[in-house]
Amino acid sequence: MSGPTSTGFWSKATNSRLFLPVVVLAGILIFDLLFIPSFRNIELKDGHLYGNLIDVLRNSAPTVILAIGMTLVIATGGVDLSVGAVMAISSSVACIMLNPSILGTNLSGNIGDLISDPGYSWAPMWAVILVPLVVATLCGLWNGVLVSYGRIQPMVATLILMIAGRGIAQLITNAVKIIIFNDNYAQIGNGWIVLPVAFYIAAALFIVSWIITRRTAIGMFVESVGINFRSSYYSGINERRVKLFAYAFCGFCAGVAALIVSSSIRTSDANQIGLYTELDAILAVVIGGTVMGAGGRFSLMGSALGAIALQATTTSMYAMGVAASAIIAVKAVVVICVILLYSQQAQDFVKGLGTRSSQKEAAR
Amino acid sequence: MPDPTPDFVAVTGPDIVAMAGIDKRFPGVHALQNVDFSVARGEIHALVGENGAGKSTLVKVLTGVERPDKGTITLDGHVVSIHSPLHAQELGISTVYQEVDLCPNLTVAENILIGRQPTRFGSIDWAALNDQARRHLRTLEIDIDVTQPLGSYSVAIQQMAAIARALVIRNARVLILDEPTSSLTAHETAQLFRVMRKLKSEGIAVVFITHFLDQVYEVTDRVTVLRNGALVGTYPTASLSRMELIKLMLGRSVTTLDDMAAHKIAATEGISAETLLQADGVGLSGSIEPFDLKLHAGEVVGLAGLLGSGRTEIANILFGVDKPDSGTLTFGGKVVRRFSPADSIARGVALCPEDRKAEGIVGDLSVRENIILAMQASRGWFKRLGTREQYEIADKYIALLSIATPHADQPVKNLSGGNQQKVILARWLAANPRLLILDEPTRGIDVGTKADIQKLVITLAEEGKSCVFISSELDEVLRTSHRIVVLRDRAKASEFAGNVDEKEIMEAIAGSAS
Repeated sequence: MSGPTSTGFWSKATNSRLFLPVVVLAGILIFDLLFIPSFRNIELKDGHLYGNLIDVLRNSAPTVILAIGMTLVIATGGVDLSVGAVMAISSSVACIMLNPSILGTNLSGNIGDLISDPGYSWAPMWAVILVPLVVATLCGLWNGVLVSYGRIQPMVATLILMIAGRGIAQLITNAVKIIIFNDNYAQIGNGWIVLPVAFYIAAALFIVSWIITRRTAIGMFVESVGINFRSSYYSGINERRVKLFAYAFCGFCAGVAALIVSSSIRTSDANQIGLYTELDAILAVVIGGTVMGAGGRFSLMGSALGAIALQATTTSMYAMGVAASAIIAVKAVVVICVILLYSQQAQDFVKGLGTRSSQKEAAR
Repeated sequence: MPDPTPDFVAVTGPDIVAMAGIDKRFPGVHALQNVDFSVARGEIHALVGENGAGKSTLVKVLTGVERPDKGTITLDGHVVSIHSPLHAQELGISTVYQEVDLCPNLTVAENILIGRQPTRFGSIDWAALNDQARRHLRTLEIDIDVTQPLGSYSVAIQQMAAIARALVIRNARVLILDEPTSSLTAHETAQLFRVMRKLKSEGIAVVFITHFLDQVYEVTDRVTVLRNGALVGTYPTASLSRMELIKLMLGRSVTTLDDMAAHKIAATEGISAETLLQADGVGLSGSIEPFDLKLHAGEVVGLAGLLGSGRTEIANILFGVDKPDSGTLTFGGKVVRRFSPADSIARGVALCPEDRKAEGIVGDLSVRENIILAMQASRGWFKRLGTREQYEIADKYIALLSIATPHADQPVKNLSGGNQQKVILARWLAANPRLLILDEPTRGIDVGTKADIQKLVITLAEEGKSCVFISSELDEVLRTSHRIVVLRDRAKASEFAGNVDEKEIMEAIAGSAS
């Protein structure tokens, strides 16, 4: 009997789950480096690195973070459509804690002076960061309860919060866009310590998630529940709790992404923040090789690479001067190519290349 | 055992379809072994056998879903090769499945004539459509409003509509009914039988697959028995007593391997006096009538009975999948209050479920992960077994149960059925339970593995573990069990201990009506 142990670098590489995400990302980056000159420039200014490639790292951070949470949800056989709306809710919570004047909170002193003071925050900074994360996790728990205990289809269950979430966010901020003057908070999305702070946050979350899923049994339970929840149940796994965890964690990730995005654009805009990001996150997961709809084996690294590849595509479009309105269309073309690349036929063809070349070698 | 009828005495007419020497293998399973089967014009032919006997594979071959590896199918004296279900229908072979595969939101008439709607000036002639549908149903003696959605009628009517569709549109000459009565009431079944007899009188050959032996006797002319993928024989129904039929279905002996016969469980010496499990009037309405059961440490209790007699239902209650609504269950001296697999595993109960694919294996996970799954689940989320420990456990059981896999990282779905079963056994052995419930552990697996599993049960009992052994094969139950509980019609019928006579058990399985 022969398993997937057939020798040769090519077959080893093509059998790896990271093969396709790496190929996609490498393809886009090679294209960029060849045809877009600005991608070749990385400058060191004031001890910080700048350039298009660095921008890709910075701008992909929220999608990477969302994709990590989404990976676990998709691995359980579900999907979370509400992450964009959850981002809107938690960024509204963060902004209102920085500057609640809009709600008519009785503040001492001259309000006008305070809100434009770059050092002013109504709540202490730890609370401004922690409370939105807790709120986002609760949103995820809500989704998880609907899916695992309510036995509602994940798409329908999370659609509820996807639609209601932006309304809730509007209620929190009284439907006003709150501008953020606080410079400390703005560091989350705009800060730079050699590399962008957002990149460090994404990297840290990635490592933590990897430890949580792979250094405990949670990762295997998530996969087991996604592949066959009945068998998992018969093996004594509490499949409801596993799903609950996945959705809650996905909500938490949306909260982290919300902090980065709102601080980066220095406002909470309940209608715009996180709009369509759920789709980017799902797409990143799919590019990363976790199967949508069927659940099962997941790859956090694949999802992260997928998210970076998506952002690299967008950044290259901007760099090439494609109009912002046309970018979505171009992105769609890229997505079609990627999905075709993932089809069974294409994969068999690629694997066949290895055997054909080794046959040729043998013939010689 | 009665001799098979000197081949195919034409009961009613010449054969329409004759299948000869049909052979079909699936990975790890020899699903059909040189099976002959034929149906004659104007007969109702029962196809019976326990699960895994090969009925569904035979039907799939006949309806073009599966291609046979060997053998020929003759239709009206011409050899045909059936490549698809559509092709089978064109040849006049139609099937009505247990689950009605029509559209419940379309009207009855649309369902019957879909794809063949009468048209006028290029658009559907609704009046003619409804009229035709009404006429077709009347030939089945059904008079209903055909303009109502199909879903608004009972399952029986839906099945009639499916039959009407099969007959009218396809011009069927062979109609296969795959367990059509399993969800019907007695009254609806009677109606279906009237229709079947009418079709028979019109010269259509009806193949009737059922688990209900009463119905075999009520409506069929001949009966073909399959067991373990092999043909047992074809008999005129009237010439076969119910006892003989059950004997043929369950099989006196699957194999004459001396090896297996040599491994008969020892008498009661190894059983301790300690009661491990006691059920007093435990039952669940709609599932199993209240039953009493006592199990000692080191004892193997066999559950015998036909499919649907309540064997699996008892297993599910003992393992906590179902919560009983009457009686008390005591395990290890304590009354059981929390019913769930996780709680049962914590108590030391394990279950190898009947449906290996749906409830046993986790296909995409590796052999290693499947083996440690239950053990890890009882350790919780955070006390992860180290990778090296995982490999040690997996390799130990791969060697112990001689699981044929290239390495421990092979996805379990790539293994044969018998080896998948061993992986699930390994999962439970690794969890070290006090009571192991095996629901049809040897179904659909090869003889060698069967012997291995039987030996394993005996060894476990000798080590002081208790076991509930469920099997459709009576000699297997006899060989491995200290005591045998016979179930019939979802209730405990009787209990046998000590040296039991096989005949007595068969009589108990068949009931007084034998």
